[in-house]
Amino acid sequence: MPWFPPTERRPVRTVLTAAALTALLAATTSCAESQRDDDSGSGGSSSAGGGGTFVFAASSDPSSLDPSFASDGETFRVSRQIFEGLVGTVPGTADPAPLLAESWTTSADGLTYTFTLREGVEFSDGTPFDAEAVCANFERWYNRTGIQQSENLSYYYRSLFRGFKENGDADLQTPLYKSCTADAANQATIALNAPFAGFIAALSLPALSMQSPTAIAEHRGDEVGGTDSDPRFSEYASAHPTGTGPFLFDSWDRGQQVVLKPNPNYWGEKAKVDEVVIRTISDGTARRQALQSGDIDGYDLVAPADVAGLEADGFQIEQRKPFNILYLGINQAVPALQDIRVRQAIAHALDKEALATGTLPEGTEPATQFIPDTVVGYAEDVPTYPHDVARARQLLAEAGQPDLTLDFVYPTGVSRPYMPNPEDTFKVLSTQLAEAGITVNPVPLKWTPDYLDRVQGTPDHGLHLLGWTGDYNDPDNFVGVFFGKKSNEWGFDDPELFGALDQARGLPTQEAQVPAYQAINRQIMTKLPGVPLASPIPSLAFSAEVSGYEPSPVQDEVWNTISLQGS
Amino acid sequence: MSATSAVVAEAAGSAPTSAARGRAVWERLRRDPGAWAGAVIVTAFVVVALAAPLIAPYEPARSQWIGQITPAHVPGPSADHLLGLDSFGSDLFTQLVHGARQSLVIGVVSTLLGLLAGSALGLLAGGIGGRVDTAVMRVVDVLLSVPALLLAVSVAAVVGRSALSVMVAIAAAQVPIFARLLRASLLAQRGRDYVVALRSLGLRQRRIVVGHMLPNALGPLLVQATLVLATAVIEVAALSYLGLGQADPAVAEWGRMLVKAQERLEAEPDLALWPGACIAVTALGFTLLGEALRQALDPRARR
Amino acid sequence: MLSLVVRRLGLLVPVLVGLSVLLFAWVRALPGDPARALLGERATPAGIAEVNRLYGFDQPWWQQYLTYVSRIARGDFGNSTRTGQPVLDTFLERFPATVELAVAALLVAVVVGIPLGYLAARRAGSWWDQLVVGGSLLGVVVPVFFLAFLLKWLFALELGWLPTAGRQDARIDATHVTNLYVLDGLLTREWDASWDAVVHLVLPALALGAIPLAIVVRITRASVLEVLTEDHVRTAEAKGLLRRTVSRRHVLRNAMLPVSTTLGLQAGALLAGAVLTETVFAFNGIGEYLFQAVNQLDYPVLQGFILVIAVVYALVNLVVDVSYGLLDPRVRTA
Repeated sequence: MPWFPPTERRPVRTVLTAAALTALLAATTSCAESQRDDDSGSGGSSSAGGGGTFVFAASSDPSSLDPSFASDGETFRVSRQIFEGLVGTVPGTADPAPLLAESWTTSADGLTYTFTLREGVEFSDGTPFDAEAVCANFERWYNRTGIQQSENLSYYYRSLFRGFKENGDADLQTPLYKSCTADAANQATIALNAPFAGFIAALSLPALSMQSPTAIAEHRGDEVGGTDSDPRFSEYASAHPTGTGPFLFDSWDRGQQVVLKPNPNYWGEKAKVDEVVIRTISDGTARRQALQSGDIDGYDLVAPADVAGLEADGFQIEQRKPFNILYLGINQAVPALQDIRVRQAIAHALDKEALATGTLPEGTEPATQFIPDTVVGYAEDVPTYPHDVARARQLLAEAGQPDLTLDFVYPTGVSRPYMPNPEDTFKVLSTQLAEAGITVNPVPLKWTPDYLDRVQGTPDHGLHLLGWTGDYNDPDNFVGVFFGKKSNEWGFDDPELFGALDQARGLPTQEAQVPAYQAINRQIMTKLPGVPLASPIPSLAFSAEVSGYEPSPVQDEVWNTISLQGS
Repeated sequence: MSATSAVVAEAAGSAPTSAARGRAVWERLRRDPGAWAGAVIVTAFVVVALAAPLIAPYEPARSQWIGQITPAHVPGPSADHLLGLDSFGSDLFTQLVHGARQSLVIGVVSTLLGLLAGSALGLLAGGIGGRVDTAVMRVVDVLLSVPALLLAVSVAAVVGRSALSVMVAIAAAQVPIFARLLRASLLAQRGRDYVVALRSLGLRQRRIVVGHMLPNALGPLLVQATLVLATAVIEVAALSYLGLGQADPAVAEWGRMLVKAQERLEAEPDLALWPGACIAVTALGFTLLGEALRQALDPRARR
Repeated sequence: MLSLVVRRLGLLVPVLVGLSVLLFAWVRALPGDPARALLGERATPAGIAEVNRLYGFDQPWWQQYLTYVSRIARGDFGNSTRTGQPVLDTFLERFPATVELAVAALLVAVVVGIPLGYLAARRAGSWWDQLVVGGSLLGVVVPVFFLAFLLKWLFALELGWLPTAGRQDARIDATHVTNLYVLDGLLTREWDASWDAVVHLVLPALALGAIPLAIVVRITRASVLEVLTEDHVRTAEAKGLLRRTVSRRHVLRNAMLPVSTTLGLQAGALLAGAVLTETVFAFNGIGEYLFQAVNQLDYPVLQGFILVIAVVYALVNLVVDVSYGLLDPRVRTA
């Protein structure tokens, strides 16, 4: 209140008011500070970890605490702390590594997998983790009926294993899963109906992690009521998730935060912090500011524009190896775009280098094909289309399209790891296209449902921005998802490509898949259904106190390694 | 017509003629510093908006210098760019000048839409009365029960994203306010001597309402319209913040520029402060002018 | 008094019926298939058919409307397409946060606004008066979310005095009873939790309170000026009562009437402002949730929240009207 003037009439009162305000403000600040000190001080007394509270900001609440019913990253972020799968990942890569299974063998025909399980592991409710528990989990997924089979609830199981014991809708096929046998306490055998080269890698997905059969039965974890659009999650999924991981579920204050405590009986490296709080802050700017003011210790999806400033202020930036792809989609349902010369012109018009330096995180490299270079089947020798405006104009003239106008659909109100700022990306690309003589008609749409509906559900779009973050190291998880069948997104029907993808998917081992997918990548880049732009580097930011965070390209980040210094 | 006017003036007794009243209002306005400040701001705003292409050194929203933008840095003021660039690589000064044009168009059109639709409802309610009044006012109550911003959001969701949808959305939120205002003013005039006199002369209700009561109610409507112009400039920004503004992100529109610049508030505060100040000053101008008009037209509030 | 309440509640009925018709029509006027809009991005043909049957979209419109109304009457507002949570549950979970914020904002408006307006009126025309009136105008012309950003930037980031986001420090182990965090702390005697919630409220309340504050200042000033010229005040002053007594007993009390009316009218504006303020401060109330619903076109949430907000708004105005009676004896008899 600087404009409280001391007047001659009532000087005493005014001064008093100002003094009171100042005192109040001072009290507020000092208390806020001492509060923080108290907390970090008291942290040491509680348990072995002695490491205080780690507060991480998420962009939304988890959708459920049972990862087998989920498909979103914020749910998996929480469940990765509580649950573990048979298979994990090699730190810092997307490659599979032993976790709850110490080793495994595959039959020559790729139909039988035998897992040797880690011994002496228990779920946090005391249930032993053994072959029976493994089979109980596989049978649980396989036996789902009714709405539990819907894409909304069993997205990953559906798309990976293709079907259930009793298929409830026409989109489902013969299930890949056949049976699970507990050969011994520490040995389980899974039989498949058809080869599935990505099986082991897929088992690292949080949706397929191991959960306590006892706890699921006790808290009625399989009783999901309601309808497809209106699922009512069970008590298990909202309050009693039970796994083998380094943290235990403590509480979930909806819309506010999820609290986890260390698992004192964890078989591996025990958590160093006393408590983990995953707080929901939906706005990206608010997340950054919460870190800057010390309200939180870390957050994900740092905007490219914020990286330099945060580093300058002494915050730590952790970068994940990019395991994603951002592309410009070209829809061949638009007649002009069926001409390969027009698509080539678009590719030559784009300056991916400038796009990467202008709008994407520092260090991001332009992409040459629709998979990042860490994925199996990446080809060094695909056709490339260097930035060349003259060539682009010439190709357009040859195609009889010297003044082409295209709808460019792009999403708003969204930030994905592969697309940190769609508006900026759109703006740069449309400016580059304009230089080559292509007029762009901007069509911004809300991410869901409008944007995805328009791009994936209708043929009504010219150019669009989309991408993908891989779930595990499998090329089918990229190009198979994009080009596996005729779709509204691309608007072309190409039996040659679809057949090649189908065949490559059915190969029994990844060794056999490498040449097949390299050929597919060359084929795709010759046909040029779209232009792969870059694999943006996703960043996390942490306060200076945090150490031991291990970023993973597939976000397989478990927080038992984290410690807080100076607390 | 002149005969009736004379009768009315006579019937109204001490009420001054409209010309005399206008002079009095003008006199009061002239002596009000707030009115002057408001008028200066509003005039400057309108001039800038109309002459935007003459004032601005470059073409707006072209992102000509997008190559100079990096995630971490937006070039500041230089010899070529008075205020530097915006984060889409257009000249910031040019964007601000053309933003005035956008604000003027959106503000005026949405206010006119709200004024026309609201007045039509108010005229129905206050002019006809009875059942019609009750029915119309229930509709107005329903509209009033939804906070203006949410009403605007609902409209924008139906109409889609465009400058037009912003105008319709803002106008929709103003409809109930204009309707109530006009109705109240018509009701207040009902018992006035001159209305009774006209009725005793055998004039039809419609002529009394449209020919005499409505012109007398224009003052408050004008005041409200001026104030709504201020609100409109701010609401455009709020709608942009909610992601319901214009289609092209680089378009020269203050609300969008402000929202975009929030991301870089700490690193490049200028980018946010300029459009923020433009919105605040323009809104201030219309508010001052509106308040001054209100006071000038309503002698009771003269102080 | 009771009859007033009953009459006003009766008036609420047509408004709600009208609003339900409007909202019903609104979802159908939205571009695209309502079932698809309700289901979101992973809508399957089977799911769409299921929703069409469930919501009765295949029936005549009047029958659909009756179904819709009967669902609402049972408290079933559908589920968020974004989180799958029942709309009403989410509203009730988050409403206390917004109430807390709105009350704090009104408190700012009243505690700061009435003295300022009063002092301005007492010295009408002075430079102090001009300053207060001008300053209050400033609160109205700056967009709420921009003001919120500026406050956060200055007090939380530059000066580091106050937290930037949230309702309570995540590191505090607080028990929540009513979800009004300040009150919860008092109830459970967790004083630090309560104080921490207050600290988190300061900036959002200042941002949200700016417009009501400006209005309170102006209304207080105007009504105090009016009352000052009224006969009973002149009489009181002539009787030689101390100036301060006159002001407190007569002037302020009589000036409170228009102030409380205006505050009631501000309830709706406060909720709209909360959408912007809560988002900037990640204050997880209904405003922040509405922001996300708007951003992702979560129609069931928008539909349900607008209806519930309208009811709350009407009830707040009812309370305001009733409070007239307590403030002004003349209304009591009417």
